[in-house]
Amino acid sequence: MAGIPTSSRWMPRAAPDCSSQEPAHWPHSRIMEMSLDLLGNAVVSGVLLGGFYAAVTIGVSISFGMLDIVNIAHPAFIILGSYIAYIANATIGLDPILAAVIALPAFYVLGVAVYQIYYLAFERRGDEALRGLAFFFGLLFITEVLLVLVFGVDYRLVEAPYIGPTLHIGVVDLPLRLLVPCLVALVLVAGLQIFLSRTFLGRAILAVAQDQLALRLMAADPVRIKRIAFGLSIATASLAGAVLIVIQPVEPSIGRDYIGRIFAICVLGGMGSFAGTLVAAMTLGIVESFTATFYGPSWAPAVAFGFLLITLAVRPAGIFGR
Amino acid sequence: MNGAKFVLLLLLTGAAGFGAAWLIGNAYLFFAGYVVLQYIALATAWNILGGYTGYVNFGTAAFFALGAYTTVVLHKLTTLPVPMMMLVGGLVSGIVGLGTGYLTLRLRGAFFSIATLALAVVVQTLITNWNFVGGSRGAYIVRPPTVPLLGIDYIQYLFLVMLVLVVIVLATARTIERSRLGYGFATIRDDEIAAEASGVPTLRLKLLATTISGAFMGMAGAPLPYYVTYLDPASGFSLAYAVNGVAMPLVGGTSSWLGPVIGAILLGTLQQVATVTISSALNLLIVGLMLVAFVIVAPNGILGLLQGMRERLRWHLAGRSRV
Amino acid sequence: MTADTLLEVSGLGKRFGGFVALESIGLNVAEKERVGLIGPNGSGKSTLVNCMCGTLRNEMGSVRFAGQVLDGLSAHERTRLGLARSFQLPRPFNTLSLADNLRVPLLYSGRHGSQPIDARCMELLRVVGLADKSDRLPRDLTQIEMRKLELARAMAADPRLLIADEAMAGLSHAEVDDILSLLIQLNEQGVTVILIEHIMRAVMHFSRRLVVLVAGRKIADGDPTEVVRDPDVVRAYLGE
Repeated sequence: MAGIPTSSRWMPRAAPDCSSQEPAHWPHSRIMEMSLDLLGNAVVSGVLLGGFYAAVTIGVSISFGMLDIVNIAHPAFIILGSYIAYIANATIGLDPILAAVIALPAFYVLGVAVYQIYYLAFERRGDEALRGLAFFFGLLFITEVLLVLVFGVDYRLVEAPYIGPTLHIGVVDLPLRLLVPCLVALVLVAGLQIFLSRTFLGRAILAVAQDQLALRLMAADPVRIKRIAFGLSIATASLAGAVLIVIQPVEPSIGRDYIGRIFAICVLGGMGSFAGTLVAAMTLGIVESFTATFYGPSWAPAVAFGFLLITLAVRPAGIFGR
Repeated sequence: MNGAKFVLLLLLTGAAGFGAAWLIGNAYLFFAGYVVLQYIALATAWNILGGYTGYVNFGTAAFFALGAYTTVVLHKLTTLPVPMMMLVGGLVSGIVGLGTGYLTLRLRGAFFSIATLALAVVVQTLITNWNFVGGSRGAYIVRPPTVPLLGIDYIQYLFLVMLVLVVIVLATARTIERSRLGYGFATIRDDEIAAEASGVPTLRLKLLATTISGAFMGMAGAPLPYYVTYLDPASGFSLAYAVNGVAMPLVGGTSSWLGPVIGAILLGTLQQVATVTISSALNLLIVGLMLVAFVIVAPNGILGLLQGMRERLRWHLAGRSRV
Repeated sequence: MTADTLLEVSGLGKRFGGFVALESIGLNVAEKERVGLIGPNGSGKSTLVNCMCGTLRNEMGSVRFAGQVLDGLSAHERTRLGLARSFQLPRPFNTLSLADNLRVPLLYSGRHGSQPIDARCMELLRVVGLADKSDRLPRDLTQIEMRKLELARAMAADPRLLIADEAMAGLSHAEVDDILSLLIQLNEQGVTVILIEHIMRAVMHFSRRLVVLVAGRKIADGDPTEVVRDPDVVRAYLGE
């Protein structure tokens, strides 16, 4: 099930340490300790998962949050990234994350190409609301079907030295298969944040998000800036995809599970605020983790959807947003 | 042509189609015909919301499957004639449409569309986890032993039922187009803020469109269990419904009731023919590619292309007559 | 507050995040008045209109129209009460003909009388000089024709009070006179008009009362000839 791996390697230990001396007439404290154990691990996995969700969403924070492009096909690019990592891993044994880094330029170019088509066919004509959306839906759909045609519907996974081992710190388990993606995600988000705030190009992107007219007056071409930004947004999908297939096995239809999550996090995080995205991602991760631990992992999409609805109904401006 | 004449024309056309298939005597025609009719209903239902008001529903599969699974539930609890099942299925899907709309239609259209995408996933998850309807293993539906109408077999009966639904849906779409409601819908699509300023109760109309659209989709899905006799989430929520619901109106043309009909007949027949020769995944790929191609190159669909040709012809003739 | 006060704005405030767009705006408009509203760009004139008409929600203060509190009412409900506006940048219904553009408010504002809708459409088009283009689409219109359509559409809602938001921007001398005479004619038929404009000639000719908005605050409200001599107004807006 998407996001919450259910293999026994991951599930936290449910039973307390039997060697501890517990007075028999304090059964409640035993249950409490057991639950505290579960609770702690649920929170930790939630946070780690949240980091991963941030990586998955950050591209949409750029395309939807900043550029106002409703790219519902973003999950498709992520899954594409997963499969590319899989191919590299299965054929030449390349580390999936390394493969994603190598594939980054290709994804960037892909993003630039997609935006160019989108701009010429829809944005320029003012037809984004219906046909632009349908275009992205078409991309989402085509990608899934193409992957089914090429790879079939079986789950694919990767092998890497950090999939398997778990760090034990006190009562808390830190599975490396969650920890490494989370760290990669944080590096990605931090790197992008630095790029946006410190470089000229990055600031131009932030400017385009706020006021296209002002940008035009500065003799910068907003379309070119948006093209670069969208390219960046799709490039993040390469890393997100690699990180996804590290966390869980992947098959073509998984992308659809992520749409609700991605947009819920993007909206809740304030549409373009990276800090907000991180916080929102962690929140969703923790809520999903709790739900999975206490109610079972099959409810995950419902949690994300509920999140999305609540966010839309209550705070469309998000936590940190405009 | 007024509404009554239109309905009559549709019924006559349908009767002619039925009669022709009957005479040819190939049972497959009724099987394929049912599917095409189902898609006409689905595409028209989508267009009442998407084409008329401009709000895009990507969760066609969810509304359709809810209708189908309502039938499964009812079938396990009691015996009802298929038309009754359709009414209940329509009610369920209509309510879900209303609910989704209520929660998202105060915001921009993109959020509604995203919510419908997520809805499709959630509804599928819920149904897959619901053992009463068979969960992921699916449910077997036994057709009733006797056909409510004499002299025809069960598939032909379902064909007729779907035909009646198509007539109802098309008549509704056409009536809306020409009515006060149609103007209201069009202004929502063109400029919602100006619509509000002109006195159009946009939220109320959007909710109405979402409910009608969802209800018709549910009604289109309701007979499905009796058609396939085995229903599991994979087929009920098939990608085919997701893409066709959007592709058929956009390929055919969203500006009038005729567009989805053209799109459904064209794409539906194409897919029925192609399923025999190529894999279903490749089939769907072609539909997806056609969707993207049309949306980029011919945004007003086949109707738009025909309109363009007619205008160019008129221009040409006008030029000629001046000579 | 007199018996024939039609529009009553009190303490109206609106912020966008940290930015205060409007602060403590108070304005009374009497039946059949001709009010001009001027101010520099960005002073909040359109925001004020949006708040009065319900397109935006104001956080503070309230608006009363014909004695009824408007807060909480959506834009279409306010139009139905008789409060109409034209948009600064024309927002026509692009897939509908000109006649159909006017048909919409006639169908939905609930205010048009017993006259058949088609006849009323044509009459309005005639008044603005667009009768010969009744089945064209808005994209075939020139700038001034779009402005006229915009006004005609607001008129089609049969308002008691019409707010004309910069209906004359970018038009020639003769075209400005065109629109001006339209509004004066409307006023003579009993419609209260608030004219928002930058073209001082038109404002001075039209207004019997002049209101000045600067940086979200009202700094003057009174007789036009006195207001334009007010040193604060000269400094903030006219003297530039």
